[in-house]
Amino acid sequence: MSTIQDIVLAFRDKPGGIIEAYHAVQKEYNYLPEETITVAASTFGVSEAQAYGVATFYSYLSVEKRGKYIIRMCESAPCHVAGAEALIKAFEAALGIVAGETTADGKFTLELTECVGQCQATPVITINNVPYVNMSPEQVPAVLALCQ
Amino acid sequence: MIEEKRIVLRNADLIDPEKIEDYLQAGGYQGLEKARSMSRPDLIAEIKKSNLRGRGGAAFNCGLKWSFVPADAPVSYVVCNFDEGEPGTYKDRIIVQKDPQSLLEGMAICGHAVNSKKGYIYCRGEYPYVVDLLNRAIDQARNKGVLGDFDIEVRMGGGAYVCGEETALIESIEGHRGEPRFKPPFPGVAGLWAQPTVVNNVETFANLPSIVINGAEWFAAIGAPNYPGTKVLTLTGDVANRVSIEVPTTATLREVIYDFGGGIKDGKRFKAVQVGGTSGGFIPESLLDTPIDFDSMRGIGATLGTGAVFVMDETRDIVDITTRIAKFFEHESCGKCNPCREGTFRAHEIMKKVNQGRASVQDIENLTILSQVMEKACLCGLGQAAPAPILTTLKHFYPEYQARLQLN
Ligand SMILES: Cc1cc2nc3c(=O)[nH]c(=O)nc-3n(C[C@H](O)[C@H](O)[C@H](O)COP(=O)(O)O)c2cc1C
Ligand code: FES
Repeated sequence: MSTIQDIVLAFRDKPGGIIEAYHAVQKEYNYLPEETITVAASTFGVSEAQAYGVATFYSYLSVEKRGKYIIRMCESAPCHVAGAEALIKAFEAALGIVAGETTADGKFTLELTECVGQCQATPVITINNVPYVNMSPEQVPAVLALCQ
Repeated sequence: MIEEKRIVLRNADLIDPEKIEDYLQAGGYQGLEKARSMSRPDLIAEIKKSNLRGRGGAAFNCGLKWSFVPADAPVSYVVCNFDEGEPGTYKDRIIVQKDPQSLLEGMAICGHAVNSKKGYIYCRGEYPYVVDLLNRAIDQARNKGVLGDFDIEVRMGGGAYVCGEETALIESIEGHRGEPRFKPPFPGVAGLWAQPTVVNNVETFANLPSIVINGAEWFAAIGAPNYPGTKVLTLTGDVANRVSIEVPTTATLREVIYDFGGGIKDGKRFKAVQVGGTSGGFIPESLLDTPIDFDSMRGIGATLGTGAVFVMDETRDIVDITTRIAKFFEHESCGKCNPCREGTFRAHEIMKKVNQGRASVQDIENLTILSQVMEKACLCGLGQAAPAPILTTLKHFYPEYQARLQLN
């Protein structure tokens, strides 16, 4: 695994590159460890408060530790009418956590999200950004079993 | 029956999107070549004359927007809005996944018109797999030398709906929180890094190669005179066929839902359609013969918006859906301006009350006044459009609200 310092520094010369640097860190670590903020602040010449403000503005970025598999469940209107609520409940029941939490073994994080742009086959979830469409509560165990 | 007409999706499923050779074989980059043989003012005049209007929602004349960039600006930028955050919308993803080079060519044509050497594509964070495809497409275009001295860079968004607003998007590319700016100055004068900047939607750019090749008159004669050309629509919800289509803008909602969507799923009856994404108005059966063009939709108090067509059958609960939508806006409000930050919060609060059967007639009156204030007082289009689903459902589906109200 590359160090946070190395990842962030690679974007040093990119104007406005702080968000790109955050994406790159998150790609390796699944979230932005605290060090990311300090390193990004000094690299891009902004205060730590500003660097933190940027990191926390975007729902895709997380400053909280997350699981190995991040399951995001779309609850926008087209998914909502297609049964998103029952699907969310099924994931919560299967993992024993509620949306926003991470399982004790650090394997899964459940998050709610708005439309992920796959509304031709609702309801939709993504696992580490890969979309799974036309989901139903019955499919939850099989989908979780894919995460090894 | 109305037919599909493909301009933007002319190459879809006919070429391999991963191969620039296929695109070149199909006549790709001839539009750019022709554009570069024209003077900048001539090119801008031609696009203006075609009456291509922005496909991102606001329908501003594309050539007119370009003409705001000062001719002598030493540095200017071309920005493609690929944030596609409007729920129910996936048309820009389809366009790029089927034919990424069309977008790149369109951006390069704009680059020639406004004398820009650098373009950015701001792609939503939910599409990392499309970012990879775009980067491969850009590499191929660079290697073939077709872009000349115009370069394109992809930036990834972070899951904030407001970043689709053009000045918030610019803030985000600059590495800031995505909060909209006060306008003026407009981006055409002072946008990215305070330089003149053109922001256009993916679909707007993807129309350009064909317009340059075939000429302004050709395009202006397709579809509705005031909003010519085609529109890519995405059908979602309770239609039998949840497809994406490209139709001339004279197509009516009924044709879209019944001829292309195959009508309502499972033999149920139609109740409502929301067009343009989650910020669009709800439309009842009686208005289904309205053409989809921007002005006709405006005429019925709705919007064409992104071209998302969200269909609801007779069993759907309008109040519950509107409550869900109100939650979306509360969540996505960036908090910069008070009318939106507070307004979306209160609107959701009242909608929840209605949905749970705890609201009174007074609550509905307050909700209506709040909505009218937000339409006028919010800084950007997010807060200004947030009340549209509420106001249009109150107008067309009031009995569903009434049935939930407490009678004292
Ligand atoms: C809250 C909000 C979200 C928006 N989201 C998008 C979007 O995802 N894609 C887009 O092209 N335009 C979006 N717009 C419109 C842009 O501000 C801008 O008008 C558009 O990108 C201009 O391109 P066009 O003229 O080609 O349509 C949004 C506007 C607002 C107020
Ligand atoms: S509404 Fe859920 S993916 Fe679009």
